Amino acid sequence: MEEKNLICISCPIGCHMTVTLDNEEVSKVEGNTCKRGAAYAEKEITNPTRFVTSTVKVKNGQVERVSVKTELDIPKSKIFDVMKEINSVEVSAPVKMGDTIIENVAGTNVNIIATRSVK
Amino acid sequence: MKEYDIVVIGGGPAGLAAAYSAKENGIDNILIIERDNILGGILNQCIHNGFGLHVFKEELTGPEYAERYANLVEEKNIEYILNSMVLSVDENKVVTVMNEEDGIFEIQAKAVILAMGCRERSRGAINIPGYRPSGVFSAGMVQRLMNMEGYIPGKEVVIFGSGDIGLIMARRMALEGAKVKAVVERKPYSSGLQRNIVQCLDDYDIPLLYQHTVSKVVGKDRMEGVVLSKVDDKKQAIPGTEEFVSCDTLLLSVGLIPENEISRDLGVKMNRKTSGPIVGENLMTNVEGVFACGNVLHVHDLVDHVTMESNIAGKKAAEYIKMNKVDTSGKKIQLIPDKGVSYLVPDHINLSTLSDDVTVRFRVTDVYEGAYVDVNFDDELAIHRKKPFLAPGEMQEIKLKKDYILEHQNTDNITFKVEAK
Repeated sequence: MEEKNLICISCPIGCHMTVTLDNEEVSKVEGNTCKRGAAYAEKEITNPTRFVTSTVKVKNGQVERVSVKTELDIPKSKIFDVMKEINSVEVSAPVKMGDTIIENVAGTNVNIIATRSVK
Repeated sequence: MKEYDIVVIGGGPAGLAAAYSAKENGIDNILIIERDNILGGILNQCIHNGFGLHVFKEELTGPEYAERYANLVEEKNIEYILNSMVLSVDENKVVTVMNEEDGIFEIQAKAVILAMGCRERSRGAINIPGYRPSGVFSAGMVQRLMNMEGYIPGKEVVIFGSGDIGLIMARRMALEGAKVKAVVERKPYSSGLQRNIVQCLDDYDIPLLYQHTVSKVVGKDRMEGVVLSKVDDKKQAIPGTEEFVSCDTLLLSVGLIPENEISRDLGVKMNRKTSGPIVGENLMTNVEGVFACGNVLHVHDLVDHVTMESNIAGKKAAEYIKMNKVDTSGKKIQLIPDKGVSYLVPDHINLSTLSDDVTVRFRVTDVYEGAYVDVNFDDELAIHRKKPFLAPGEMQEIKLKKDYILEHQNTDNITFKVEAK
């Protein structure tokens, strides 16, 4: 039995959690105030993931950049691969919030989508 | 002169929510005045996620939160003007505005909602010795440069202050390939959210140096580095602990100040702790018909809380317009921050205007684990709430039930205090 302390990043509350590991498997999560905390703890121990947010160049728009995000969380180890691809593309205005900017970014099966509209 | 029932100063999350709420409460003649070229305020540069969990029940980025709210305002046909700066509001609620197209012009309001937000403390406010080379920025300024305008200001970065903006920008710069050498914090704890220390610093192996300060900026034309020093318990640099760290960029994330120049000139009384207006439970200031909400009232951690607070300002402003007056002459119950509590918003409850439960927002003065927050109505203990973790960086809220307040209307003072373990 091994115990690990984690701080939940699922929401701004930031619960301090204690995770009990039994043969490298999560057997107990304490200190979380909601289900998302338990799910995060499980994931963080086995396959940590993150959302990535950044910006992409826009041509002929009212602003120079459109903000983007990974539609779902991606493996933490892929963050810089995702960034590299985000920085290699350019889009033209108009862009609408929710538009897909990159499909299957860095082989993660996750799309990059716009988080604002640019006229 | 154009006339409006309600003029909202500021088109950020506070102003948008207040205007929308006023409209929902039956007022049609509303104008939002925004100085930027887009609605949404600072949310537009906060491209990270973590917004909207309470209000939209999902996790959004700042621009998404802003655009959704701006769309709500558009759908309701609420009037707004962009690129327009409010210069003053006088005691008759004449709002003086300036923009490039119309020059200087006046608008007559019946009620005014102050929603100007806050701005960053600058290097001048914290007196760092040294020349004034290029490369010293406030963190929010760099956030705008990077996220909206597409510039990276430097490649080797030190960040002073571990508030949320500093933490978020540490990650943002690391993602774009900059080397973030350290985040420096004078206090023994961070004023930012715990989650941001995990996902912005730990994920990128960025060291957080507690009880350190930037004691000098080195470089004359361009920054060459900073001198860091350890600090004592009074946050004073300890001689002999200096260490030079080379960098081309220093980001300052050293606090936010509510932007209340207009409010002060209008005669709005201020709370010295929050640097925001003193308001009752209806979020009205001492100037009748002038309300305040969001970061101009007190600096929040979460935009969701700004929205919820601003909904109340909008509703109360709408009630004021409909009744054409507000009676606050009756009994007031004073809210008093006691041991371990640095401030409370609102400042008091007017029994004559009390119409809902009252959400009291506050910050604690220190880090506490396993403490209780006690709320006393005079000598009677009304709430004894366990709080596993309290820190000054995390705003707290406790709801006072309207019925309970009315049952205890002889109360003079409601005090909030932290009972440490």
